[in-house]
Amino acid sequence: MLANYGFKDGSGDWFLSVDTDKCNGCGKCVEVCPKKALEVGEDEYDPFREEPVVKVVAGERKKLRYTCAPCKPGFGENPAPCAAACEFGAIAHSDGWKLLYGQNSLNG
Amino acid sequence: MVEAKKVEFWRWPETSWVNPDVDWKKGKFVTAGVDVGSVSSQAVIMVDGQLYAYSNTRTGSNSPDSALKCMNMALKESDLKVDTIDYCIGTGYGRVNVPMAQQTITEIACHARGANFMYGPEIRTVLDMGGQDCKAIRCDERGKVMKFMMNDKCAAGTGRGMEVFADLIRVPVWEIGPRSFQVEKEPPMISSTCVVFAKTEVVGLLQEGVPENEIMAAYCAAMAHRITELLNRLGMEEKFAITGGIAKNEGVVKRLEKELGVKATDKVWHAPKMRDKGLPFDTQIAGGIGAALFAFAMLERGKAQSARKA
Repeated sequence: MLANYGFKDGSGDWFLSVDTDKCNGCGKCVEVCPKKALEVGEDEYDPFREEPVVKVVAGERKKLRYTCAPCKPGFGENPAPCAAACEFGAIAHSDGWKLLYGQNSLNG
Repeated sequence: MVEAKKVEFWRWPETSWVNPDVDWKKGKFVTAGVDVGSVSSQAVIMVDGQLYAYSNTRTGSNSPDSALKCMNMALKESDLKVDTIDYCIGTGYGRVNVPMAQQTITEIACHARGANFMYGPEIRTVLDMGGQDCKAIRCDERGKVMKFMMNDKCAAGTGRGMEVFADLIRVPVWEIGPRSFQVEKEPPMISSTCVVFAKTEVVGLLQEGVPENEIMAAYCAAMAHRITELLNRLGMEEKFAITGGIAKNEGVVKRLEKELGVKATDKVWHAPKMRDKGLPFDTQIAGGIGAALFAFAMLERGKAQSARKA
């Protein structure tokens, strides 16, 4: 299952997606997140799943744009630490930042 | 001083229903789903996975009271007591505050499961247009969530937005859909996405003397457009079903279908037994149905113990 945490607002898409089929709940992403926005726990969207899965901490879901901003300053050239830490590629961030400022806005 | 009587145009009627064809005493498990949403609360009682009773009420300022109120209303016409329920699952925005629930499950999982039961296993995309948020869900043939996206940061495209609009334009909320089609030509949609700014825009249109019906059309179109964006972002797959309160507003639904180019599944029971008898079909109880079905599955699979007290 693809769990899209975050939101879309007037300025763009601000989503952090977790592919729960790829996640094994190892928690490496939780350790590297500077904002402690991730946690490992039971799957809220599949009551019958036994294995733990990573999810965004409930209090951060409605402000992910700001929570995740410090990890996405470079217009997305480098993956955010959480995405980089996952060896299965279960975590992805949307391109809200790029859409907002344009891909090459730094170079004019 | 004489005080003017205040008419509340946003107030929609509360309902409850008991299935006369189901005898709960003959069932093995009585399960319940209580969906305490931000605007409305529903209690659904099922007997071995068959719909037995439900209620649809307004949520008050207090979640436990709202849960009790809708449960009491669902059982008002029945001799079943709350203590006889084997397992109850709470869902919705206020799910952690449902006193009679043994477990909670998110409304996204419950709506997908409920839509699967109500509209049938061919449903792949569920749109829940709730009171204070809007969820687009992709699911499989068992009603299991495959992908979801929600908009819970903004009131545009929600039931509460429609209630605010109804109060502003002084038209009962259930009349907005039909009246939005009584226009000579479809007006341009309200341009503001935000409910607060949309309200400002509507006040402006009223002062300009734009006919009320046209303003309703413009508002419904704006809401449909907003929801289309969410669905396109998620990716549509047919068949497509709508749950929640706004599903009852054809002004939004028909404009949404037009913009998407996809027709929503008819609001009739998938199960022939239920459809042929013409049992009432309420799009707002999908979450409660899903929760009650999960409760039944938990008991059947031995993942939960019956909590029946009487």
